[in-house]
Amino acid sequence: MDRIMQEKIQLIGPRSVEDIRSDFPILDRTVNGKPLAYLDNAATSQKPRLVLDAIRVYYEHGNANVHRALHTLGEEATAAYEEARGKVQRFLSARTSREIIFTRGTTEAINLVASSWADTNLSRGDVVLTTEMEHHSNLVPWQLACARRGCTLRFIPLAPDGTLDMAEAERSWDPRTRLVAVTYVSNVLGTVNDVKSIAAMAHRRGAVVLVDGAQAVPHMRVDVQDLDCDFFAFSGHKVYAPMGIGALYGKEKILDAIPPWMGGGEMIRSVSLEGSTWNDLPWKFEAGTPNVEGAVGLSAAIDYIHTLGLSSIGKREGELAAYARERLSGVRALTQYGAAPRRSGVFPFNLGDIHAHDVAQFLDREGIAVRAGHHCAQPLARKLGVPATVRASLSFYNTFSEIDRLVDALDGALRFYA
Amino acid sequence: MSAFDELYQEIIMDHYRSPRGAAKLDHVPQAMAHENPTCGDSIKLEVVVGAGGRLERVRFDGHGCAISTASASLMTESMHGLSVADARERADTFIKALRGEIPASVLDEMGDLAAFKGLTSFPVRVKCATLAWHALLVSLPRVTTPGA
Ligand SMILES: Cc1ncc(COP(=O)(O)O)c(C=O)c1O
Repeated sequence: MDRIMQEKIQLIGPRSVEDIRSDFPILDRTVNGKPLAYLDNAATSQKPRLVLDAIRVYYEHGNANVHRALHTLGEEATAAYEEARGKVQRFLSARTSREIIFTRGTTEAINLVASSWADTNLSRGDVVLTTEMEHHSNLVPWQLACARRGCTLRFIPLAPDGTLDMAEAERSWDPRTRLVAVTYVSNVLGTVNDVKSIAAMAHRRGAVVLVDGAQAVPHMRVDVQDLDCDFFAFSGHKVYAPMGIGALYGKEKILDAIPPWMGGGEMIRSVSLEGSTWNDLPWKFEAGTPNVEGAVGLSAAIDYIHTLGLSSIGKREGELAAYARERLSGVRALTQYGAAPRRSGVFPFNLGDIHAHDVAQFLDREGIAVRAGHHCAQPLARKLGVPATVRASLSFYNTFSEIDRLVDALDGALRFYA
Repeated sequence: MSAFDELYQEIIMDHYRSPRGAAKLDHVPQAMAHENPTCGDSIKLEVVVGAGGRLERVRFDGHGCAISTASASLMTESMHGLSVADARERADTFIKALRGEIPASVLDEMGDLAAFKGLTSFPVRVKCATLAWHALLVSLPRVTTPGA
């Protein structure tokens, strides 16, 4: 059977891949005269029509400010916004929706913790422990917090295979460690970290744990109670929802005990000229008019994911990743990075001496979208000894023939730049 | 010509494959290197000004993409014999033209550098093409005059 035929009968749950691709209008477009092959899913995902429609319907039908309008539209918008929060709560298996704070995304969620929590829980001499594989958004906020609070930032080292050296982390554990901030899945190497064990280790030693879930939620079931993390952050735009919306999960007890981050409308109970009292959770942390459109879109994206099923998504993406790994290892002069036993569909590589930018530009000519650079993880790039890599990252809507096109185009790039 | 072909013109590919003015500049301290953190490219320059106050030799040491390598190579060629003031003006004009601050047509009067006109449709790559030129602007005030 040829590959095109195979593709037609490839299934994600009960639906064919072809059918599922038709849910994403953008996948139909061409780039430089070639069909788009979107292999930059770790940067952001494409949006299904269900999400685009939900946003349109919200504006055509129910747009109003939330939590303050005593009219039908206001009540409907508030209901939609709070329903989205409930959706996120169940998506993450959180105990209550009071533990879900809407943010602009992962970055804002981490900054909230690195501000409100850090300023009330870190004292001079304390230690924040993170890792050598973090995205800048789970590194720079801690650098700032440590500078403000007089604390030291330490790092769980990266082992040569791209996993975290947990034995070393235990050995060199500093008793003054107050917080461990770790990514669930590396955006550069695809390494899936055992965050449950890390949380258990940290808790045994009295530290709280923040998990950066940006690269995890699109690909696997997340249960924050099972992980037993104290904070969990993710971005909507990486899970088929719009940009500008995301969430912070925090254990209620901790969120209750820390002060608001930003001040403004919505987050207050009563305000006098001299001072104010705070609203209840989660609104205490949501100052100003929120991104209702984004929340509605995120809610629709979660519905969409459930119609496919996270286990079907995982199975499909596992098959694509296995195929990509095998095909890429056959490309002449190609070096792949990372060899962790548990990895997501993220493939960082270099092609001979050709600079990552040149490779990406050549692939773009062929309609193939990948990322090139340090992927917002400069310390990790330095550790790997390669300032820039090309990164292809997969989603369930990618196809085997797109991977074939990638491999062919890489051969073309080798010839072009020779 | 496609935008890609405009970018990777023959002349650029030629300077990428056999860069002029490329050298090992181990005597230039790494602290003097100019970097583009978005792609990790780094370049060191050696600028030698002759007795008459003109640029006698410009060499570069660095590793980068085709665009930044070709740009550094073409720069070393285009600087030969210029006065320090003219060199600075040339670098300034080149950078401004690529950034779109002045019309790209000025590149037509700059010989082979006209090959970079195609870059204006790739704003992300402007930093690659201007890296060596920024490095030059920084190096010029600290030029070494032989015998000085
Ligand atoms: C692992 C990881 N953490 C954090 C982020 C930051 O997400 P955002 O830019 O949506 O806040 C990203 C996305 O680039 C990421 O991959």
